[in-house]
Amino acid sequence: MIRLFNENRYERDAVSTPPNEGEIVSSLASVANRLPRISNEVQASGADLEARGVHAWFGSRHVLADVNLSFPAGRVTALIGPSGCGKSTFLRTLNRMHEFVPSAAMAGEVLLDGVDIYKQGTDVTKIRLKIGMVFQKPNPFPSMTIGENVLSGLKLAQIKRSNKEDLMEECLTRAGLWNEVKDRLNSHGGSLSGGQQQRLCIARALAVAPEVLLMDEPCSSLDPGSTLRIEETIRQLSQSVIVVIVTHNMQQAARVSDYTGFFLTEGGPGRLIEYAPTREIFSRPKDERTEAYVTGRFG
Amino acid sequence: MAQILPLQIPVPTPKKPWKPAPIAMIPDLLILVGAFLVADATVALTGFKGKLAIFFLFALYSTLGSMALAFFRRGATAMSNAMATSMAYLSIALVALPLFSVLLTVVSRGRHALRLNTFTQDMAATQPDAPFSQGGALHAILGTTVLVILATVISVPIGVLTGLYLTEVKGRAETLIRFLVQAMSGVPSIVAGLFIYAVWITGGHGGFSGFSGAVALSILMLPTVARTAEEVLKLIPNDLREAGVALGGTQWRTVVMVVLPAARSGLITATVLGVARVAGETAPLLLTIFGTTAKHFNPFVGPMSALPLYIFQLLETGLNVAISRAWTGALVLLILVSVLFTLARFVGGRVKS
Ligand SMILES: Nc1ncnc2c1ncn2[C@@H]1O[C@H](COP(=O)(O)OP(=O)(O)OP(=O)(O)O)[C@@H](O)[C@H]1O
Ligand SMILES: [Mg+2]
Repeated sequence: MIRLFNENRYERDAVSTPPNEGEIVSSLASVANRLPRISNEVQASGADLEARGVHAWFGSRHVLADVNLSFPAGRVTALIGPSGCGKSTFLRTLNRMHEFVPSAAMAGEVLLDGVDIYKQGTDVTKIRLKIGMVFQKPNPFPSMTIGENVLSGLKLAQIKRSNKEDLMEECLTRAGLWNEVKDRLNSHGGSLSGGQQQRLCIARALAVAPEVLLMDEPCSSLDPGSTLRIEETIRQLSQSVIVVIVTHNMQQAARVSDYTGFFLTEGGPGRLIEYAPTREIFSRPKDERTEAYVTGRFG
Repeated sequence: MAQILPLQIPVPTPKKPWKPAPIAMIPDLLILVGAFLVADATVALTGFKGKLAIFFLFALYSTLGSMALAFFRRGATAMSNAMATSMAYLSIALVALPLFSVLLTVVSRGRHALRLNTFTQDMAATQPDAPFSQGGALHAILGTTVLVILATVISVPIGVLTGLYLTEVKGRAETLIRFLVQAMSGVPSIVAGLFIYAVWITGGHGGFSGFSGAVALSILMLPTVARTAEEVLKLIPNDLREAGVALGGTQWRTVVMVVLPAARSGLITATVLGVARVAGETAPLLLTIFGTTAKHFNPFVGPMSALPLYIFQLLETGLNVAISRAWTGALVLLILVSVLFTLARFVGGRVKS
């Protein structure tokens, strides 16, 4: 925790002496409080996503229990919690990627604009088009050039669109990659560095204009500058898009999200322990376990 | 410390809501039945004749039907998906039909002469036209087993090492080797036999023997194993090699501990394809193991028999009883090959878990 703070390069009042726990909480809260909120839930329009009583299993192993969360339009939600508590699994139930694991099973409902995406007869490809995803590990398509990668979603979903060049530039700019690749749009995606590849994947996800964007630790391979650029994009996006971001970086959760959900497993399945506005999670969490986690006193 | 509360909520039953409910499958079923009936009617009422016409008309109608259903359910973009899916199903039917008809023919013709003594006796003291209760294919079964095992032992290590040369060592001869292996896979099987006959047997290095036959079969098996192994090894992500080397492993240790285990199931496929390539070969064996009617265990001295050769030599007699025995030989060969493949998968799969 101490190291985390000393490494933090965006904190204006840098902490020089190791802070005690109370200071850490208030410092996180101050980050959360100071940030301008571009998104405003009242103004925002668009889709709305809700998980109701979601459980998940792998084989007979119950890994996620009874998660109730709603993601109204224009809200950025951060999901935090220790490794293995089911954050990624929960994220994957939200756009029906969970079913890709053969042993997977689930229970509960996920409502997109009031309609259960697991309802029989639902066109799952349309669901995934509306609910985009950025994976933890960069996965640009190796057979495509950088430019083709950005536009690959349009091709995959058979969407016709004019001004593809403009779209490409816009998406790459929002992902903070344009300046680095504008001269080599025709080289292969695999020729980029790990962090560049990840930004390419973010640009690719933006190009199909999803209503919801699920991000699973999207910045874990990025440098601070690119991370800031992505966070800016997330805040911009939040005016029109619901963003759900899994992160292990508490500062990032504080900087970027409106609401934070804390997941924890105590041996059994992972559960949502606390869900509240981000500044409350970091300044006066209601649950002792949340406080222990955000102050680094965990485990 | 946080108090650990066991949360008292009822756990619902796990479900897989993405699996279509049986009731939702009814339209798909109706389309299949309908396509079949309409194909039947088309053949009855028009100039089309025969079962093949029914099959192709059924293929056409069911594809169109499922495309229409997909359009009705999810719109235009789903149509190509439905088309590809139904083509895939029809293709497995096209692959499976001839296969099953071959199997059926072999089983129905081969079962007449199939007795317990097929597996326990040889033909040393039996004429080909003796009653089925006498004589058997034991010598040929032994011969094929020995030959296949020997050929595998010779060509799999060489083939896999060749694959490793092409993917891991990446030596200067890479392109040349790849070209040679490719060219070798085009060698007609009788040429392989002739080569061993000319160089090895008439050259005075050895007579007709199981080993000579196994070497001839290895010539045929090697390119299949090497090429397949190379393709499989190429699919192993480079990250794994880097991770192994970065932990301080030599290239060889990394290959043995990381690369080969990751490629295991593909390498077993390479072996199985190689065995499939040679198990039924007759021509090279004529010139190398010669054939015999008695059990013969030592592959290094003296003529041996093998099932394809046994079939060939019985067919040559032209006698009805002998031809029945030949069909039984074919049936036994199919059984033997299936047993070998199952064994290969079993051994390969078991090491994994
Ligand atoms: N494909 C899978 N098959 C079986 N079990 C799985 C699978 N994927 C995840 N699990 C299990 O489900 C639980 C939740 O995993 P999940 O990946 O959701 O954790 P997470 O909160 O995202 O962790 P992290 O922060 O490390 O990414 C873990 O105990 C994990 O072992
Ligand atoms: Mg995860």
